Amino acid sequence: MTAVAEETPRARTLSLEVPDWPDHRAGQHVDVRLTAEDGYRAERAYSIASAPGEPPAITVELLEDGEVSPYLVDVVREGDVFEVRGPIGGYFVWSPEAGGPLLLVAGGSGIVPLRAILRHRRLSGSDVPARLLYSSRTLEDVIYREELAGADGASEVVLTLTRDRPLGWTGRTGRVNVELLADVAWPAGDEPLAFACGPTSFVEVVAAGLVELGYDPARVKTERFGATGGR
Amino acid sequence: MEALDGNAIAGLLHDVFGAELTVAATVCGHCGAHAVVAECEVYLGGPGAVARCRSCRGLLAVFVEVRGVTCVDLRGLASLVV
Repeated sequence: MTAVAEETPRARTLSLEVPDWPDHRAGQHVDVRLTAEDGYRAERAYSIASAPGEPPAITVELLEDGEVSPYLVDVVREGDVFEVRGPIGGYFVWSPEAGGPLLLVAGGSGIVPLRAILRHRRLSGSDVPARLLYSSRTLEDVIYREELAGADGASEVVLTLTRDRPLGWTGRTGRVNVELLADVAWPAGDEPLAFACGPTSFVEVVAAGLVELGYDPARVKTERFGATGGR
Repeated sequence: MEALDGNAIAGLLHDVFGAELTVAATVCGHCGAHAVVAECEVYLGGPGAVARCRSCRGLLAVFVEVRGVTCVDLRGLASLVV
């Protein structure tokens, strides 16, 4: 682990230096494996936050009852070494050749692989239109807030806050449902390519909603990380 | 227990089969539904990993590690095309 960036009070990004790293694709993940002194092992998957060509980095959000995230968020320091396996995955990935228009829908820390996709799109000079719908409990929990606020002209970011909103908040509120998707998503006639990542129940609502709006199920890619977030 | 999806066992599958398998095409041995590995339901809460068909919930595959050996049961898969 070579560097740490605090993203929110509960999430931070760890830059990694991995021997023989073969570069990764936007949307892939790594498995982090921790082994205790008594041999007990715990393994969790974390999405890669950086774009292809950049050094690998993961963003980890703290789960109170987690086995791995407390170590990665509160304990590990620059120069520490832990075991990773990856890059992994070939389904939930995007490259400029895959085209778009891109619809990215994130719930909580499900933003991480979608951030890698947005960064890849920007750094590769892709002109594929992109729209991100990001659901977060509070504004304070929004990961990559500054980076997302500086989205370039051809990409749009729509935030919806589900729990607390700051005074004067004029953006969206409430959970993602089919009405909000109908409002924000590209029309199905544009043949969009959609990626949804978040807690299982969130992804189910988004995937069903997009199909209801006429999206081709084969162009709605999904990645679920459970009720409390394994990533 | 809440279901994840096949992305969650991509690393395990790579270890067992030596290839990226999340885009491999599956046919459910129970209902005949066509899908890809990434789309199946995956349960990690038990002693191993259990994959089920998203259409009929039928059991597709079970992976259990016993003393360093991974035991693989694929009896619910009619077909897996890599």
